[in-house]
Amino acid sequence: MRANVSKVTINDLNFYYDKFHALKSINMQILENKVTAFIGPSGCGKSTLLRAFNRMYQLYPSQMAKGEIMVDGSNILDNKQDLNMLRAKMGMVFQKPTPFPMSIFDNVAFGVKLYESLNRHDLAERVEWALHKAALWEEVKDKLNQSGTSLSGGQQQRLCIARTIAVKPEVVLLDEPTSALDPISTAHIEDLIFKLKEDYTIVIVTHNMQQAARVSDYTAYMYLGELIEFGDTDLIFTTPKQKATEDYITGKFG
Amino acid sequence: MSKVHSEEKLKQQRLIDLIFRKTTWFFTLVVFSLLAAIMGSLLIGSLPAIKAFGFDFMVSADWNPVTEKFGAVVPIIGTLVTSLIALSIGIPVSFGIALFLTELSPPWLRRPLGTAIELLAGIPSIIYGMWGLFVFAPLFAKTIQPWLQNTLGQIPGIGLLFEGSFMGIGILTAGIILAIMVIPFVAAVMRDVFEVVPPMLKESAYALGATTWEVIWNVVLPYTKIGVVGGIMLGLGRALGETMAVTFVIGNAHQLHASLFMPGNSIASALANEFTEADGELYTSALIELGLILFFITFIVLAGSKILLAQLKKREGNIT
Amino acid sequence: MISIYTRRRIINAINLTFSFLAMLFGLFWLFWILWTLLDKGLSGISLDIFTQMTPSPGSTGGLLNAIAGSLVMVTLATLIGTPVGIMAGTYLAEFGQRGWLAPTTRFVNDILLSAPSIVIGLFIYTVYVAKVGHFSGWAGALALSLIVIPVVVRTTEDMLRLIPDSLREAAAALGAPQWKVVTLVTWRASKVGIMTGVLLAVARISGETAPLLFTALNNQFWSSDMDRPMANLPVVIFQFAMSPYEYWQALAWTGALLITLSVLGLNIAARLFMRKHTSSQ
Repeated sequence: MRANVSKVTINDLNFYYDKFHALKSINMQILENKVTAFIGPSGCGKSTLLRAFNRMYQLYPSQMAKGEIMVDGSNILDNKQDLNMLRAKMGMVFQKPTPFPMSIFDNVAFGVKLYESLNRHDLAERVEWALHKAALWEEVKDKLNQSGTSLSGGQQQRLCIARTIAVKPEVVLLDEPTSALDPISTAHIEDLIFKLKEDYTIVIVTHNMQQAARVSDYTAYMYLGELIEFGDTDLIFTTPKQKATEDYITGKFG
Repeated sequence: MSKVHSEEKLKQQRLIDLIFRKTTWFFTLVVFSLLAAIMGSLLIGSLPAIKAFGFDFMVSADWNPVTEKFGAVVPIIGTLVTSLIALSIGIPVSFGIALFLTELSPPWLRRPLGTAIELLAGIPSIIYGMWGLFVFAPLFAKTIQPWLQNTLGQIPGIGLLFEGSFMGIGILTAGIILAIMVIPFVAAVMRDVFEVVPPMLKESAYALGATTWEVIWNVVLPYTKIGVVGGIMLGLGRALGETMAVTFVIGNAHQLHASLFMPGNSIASALANEFTEADGELYTSALIELGLILFFITFIVLAGSKILLAQLKKREGNIT
Repeated sequence: MISIYTRRRIINAINLTFSFLAMLFGLFWLFWILWTLLDKGLSGISLDIFTQMTPSPGSTGGLLNAIAGSLVMVTLATLIGTPVGIMAGTYLAEFGQRGWLAPTTRFVNDILLSAPSIVIGLFIYTVYVAKVGHFSGWAGALALSLIVIPVVVRTTEDMLRLIPDSLREAAAALGAPQWKVVTLVTWRASKVGIMTGVLLAVARISGETAPLLFTALNNQFWSSDMDRPMANLPVVIFQFAMSPYEYWQALAWTGALLITLSVLGLNIAARLFMRKHTSSQ
C-alpha cells in the first residue's frame, strides 16, 4: 500500500455558468491511486466539478471557474497552463460512449499520435496494451479495422476507456460512465475501474449510490453546488456526519 | 509515465490552432462582405441612372433606349404580378401535395412520390422556359385562354384581366410557369414540417373523433405555421428572382396593360434580354438599377419573413 | 337540413379529393416536361453532339465546345466555392459562439442563398467584366462559385451542428488541439452530409443560365482560354432556342435533355450517397 499522496488539491473553487453560481467555494483533496466518487442529486454540480479538472468548460465561452486546482504543485486554472497538455494528463470518459468516426484501431491510436511519434510496431503494441487494459482486446482483436461505431454500447464505452488510457494519463475522470449501459456492461466497467486504480488516480461521477459504494475509496456528497460531506466511502455510507448526506444515501431524499 | 512534450511543440500546436481559427474567420468575413459588395457595386453601377432620373425612375413607365428615357414601373409590376399569380396557384397546390404525402398516400408510395416532387425542383429553370414557350404556350392559347375569356372574362371588372387576343405568351403564362416551378419547393418544405408534428398530437385529435381534414386544418397547420410561412417565403423569393423560366414566355414588352393575356416584362427578363445589347452608359446603368431594385425587393421579402418568423416563434414559445 | 356530422364528412371528402388532385397536378407537369424533353431531345443525340462544335446558321454541328465549357466552369466554380463555404460554415458551427460575425453572416448567407442568380451575374459583371473590359470563362466560374458558397456554408454548418458536443469534448479530453478536433473528428463525422451538400450545389449550378449571360457569355468555337468568352450549355440552349433556325432549336432541345439528365442524375446520386452512408452507420 502506497502512502496517501494528494494528487489534486482544490482550494476555494467557484464556478459560474454565465451568472449562475454552480460551485460554491469547494475545497478537497483527491488522493493518488485511489478512486474518489462524487455523488448527489442531478444539478448538484458534481459533473461541473469533474469538468473543471480538465477545463472542459473552456469550450463554452460563457462558463468560468475561479479559484485553485493544484495538480503536481501547479494551478491548472492558471492561464499559463497549456490546455491540451492538461487534457492529455487528465483523461476523461463520458456519460455516453463517444467513438470517433474511424476504425477501432484508429480510435485508440488517435490520442497517442497527438503527443508521441511512435513507429508502427510500437503504436500497434500500445493499442493492444490499451485494449487489454480495457478488457476489450479479446472481443475486437480480429476486427481492428472495423468502424468503432459498429460495436455494442458496452464495448464502445470500453473502447473509449482504452482510448483514454492509451495516452497514459495520470488521472482518469469518469463522468457517469455506466449510466447508458446495461447491468452486464456496467459490471464489466466496474471491474475495470478496480483494476485501473493500480496505475491511475480515478475520479468518478455517478448517479448510482451502490456503484459509488462498490468502486470508490472516498466519496464526496454534493448538493446545490456545495460540498456537503467528503470522506472515506465506508464511513460516508455507514455513519455519515451530516443529516443531509444520510437522507440522500438512505433514499429519503433525491 | 513521463512524456516528452517539448514546449516548442506545444507552442507550434497553439500557433496552428490560431491560424486555423483565423482562416475560418477570414472566409466567414468574405461571405459576410459579399452582401455589402453586391449592394455597393450595383449602387455604384446605377449612379448615372439615379442621377439622370432620380425618383422618377420608380414611377415612370417609359422605357425608350432611343431617347434614353427609362422608368422601372413596367418590369416592377411585371415581377410582382407574375409572382403573385405563381403564389396564388402554388400555395394551395403545394399544400395539397404536402397533405397527400404526409397523410393520405399509402406508405410505399410516399418515398417515390416525394422524390418525384423534389426532382421537379431540380429541373433547371431554362427547361421550364423552353417547355413553356414551345409546348405550353401554343396549347394555352388554343384551349385555356378562350375558355378563360368566355367564363371569367364575362364578369364585369374581373373581365378586364382576360381581354385581348390569345397569344399564348404574356403575364399570365409567365405566372403559371412560375407556379409550376415554385410548387415543388414549397411542397417539399411543407411536407418536411408536417412530418415533424408529433404523432401523439394528431392521435389525440383523432381520438376526439376529428376527421382527417379537421386534424390537418386545426392541429397540424397551426402547429407548423412558422415552417409553412417560411416555405411560402422561400417560394416567393424564387419567383421574384427567376429569370429563365419567365424570359421565354413573358413577351418582353415594356407596356402596361390591365389584361393578363398581354405581354409584359419582369426585372429579371429585362436584364436577360437587354443587358448584353445595351449600348450607352445610361442604358446599362438603368438596367443595373433594375437589378438593384430586384435585389432590394428580394432582400425586403427575406428579411421581412425572418423578422416575422422570429416574432411568431417568440409568441409561441419554443415550438418549431 | 343535413346533420353536422354529414357536413363534416363531406368537407373532409372534398378537401382530401382536392389534395389527391393536387398531387396528380404536380406529377402531371413533371411527366409532361420530361416526356417533352425525351420526345424532342432524344432524336438529336448522336456522336456529332459530343464531337462537333456549335454550328453557325445554316451548317450542322454539335455541342462539344458548350459541354466542355460548362464542365470547366462548373468544376472551377466548385473548386473555388467549396473550400470557402466549408471554412465559413466551420466558423459558424465551431467558433462563432461569441461575437457579432457569426449571427450576421448567418443572416447574410440566407439572403445570398435566395438572391436572384441574375443579380449575381450582374455583380460579377460590374466588378470584374466591366473592369477587364471583356467577358470571360473566369467571370463565369466566379459567378457560379458565388452560388456554390452559400449552399455549402449552410450544409456545412447544419451538418456540423448535428455532431454531438460530446464527440468534440471526447477529442479535446485526449488533449487534441482545436484544429485537430475539427479536421480529424467533426469534419470526418459529417463528411457524408457535407459532400452531399457539395453535390447538390454542383447540380444547381450545372443548370444555371442567368449568371452566365453577362459573364462567360458564349463562344461559337472551341476555347481553352479562360480569359476569353466561353461557350456553355445553358447559354447555348437559350440562344439557340430563341433563334429562328429549326436546326438550332433542335440542338437546344438535345442540350436541354443532356443538362436535365445530368442535373437529375446528380440529385439522385446525392440522395443515394446520403442514404447509403446514413443507413450503414
